[in-house]
Amino acid sequence: MIAYLFIILGLVFIFFGTLGIIRFPDIYTRLQTSSKCDAAGAVALLVGLMIREGLDSLSLRILLILVFLLLTNPVASHAIARSAAIRGIKPWRKKKKG
Amino acid sequence: MTAVTIIITVLGITASLALYRVIFGPSPWDRLIAVNLISSKVVMIMVAAAVFFERRIYLDVALVYAIIGFVSIIAISKFLESEDTDRK
Repeated sequence: MIAYLFIILGLVFIFFGTLGIIRFPDIYTRLQTSSKCDAAGAVALLVGLMIREGLDSLSLRILLILVFLLLTNPVASHAIARSAAIRGIKPWRKKKKG
Repeated sequence: MTAVTIIITVLGITASLALYRVIFGPSPWDRLIAVNLISSKVVMIMVAAAVFFERRIYLDVALVYAIIGFVSIIAISKFLESEDTDRK
């Protein structure tokens, strides 16, 4: 039961992260929702799968994949944002009226 | 509808939605963000399949896929960073 709660939480995070990828206006805002989708969604989904499996060699390997994703996803997001900032992409501003 | 069907369907549909940003993204960084997202979703699909179908070999495939995706994202972003390639 708790496992499926975590899995549903992860799927909700993943769905709204992808919605943000489609709807948001800028590279940096899209990067922000993509990073949330990767971190929170993937961690909740994999923790739910680990709880469903129980303590096992398979769940330990899932823990290895989870730690790897937690280490590498922020690094990849930062690398993308840094390369966009170096090439002079300006952050999006809301247009003023008049 | 079993649980694994729902999980894999939701992940596949959201990966297809992210594919819109890969195809129509205005700048290469948008495409890179969407490719990163799709890569991590494929890893999650493999882990879900490994747990529900009792195929342990899928976890090794998922780990290697995550490593290759990370290295390729870093390499492509360093490539886009250099001034020589004019790819706005």
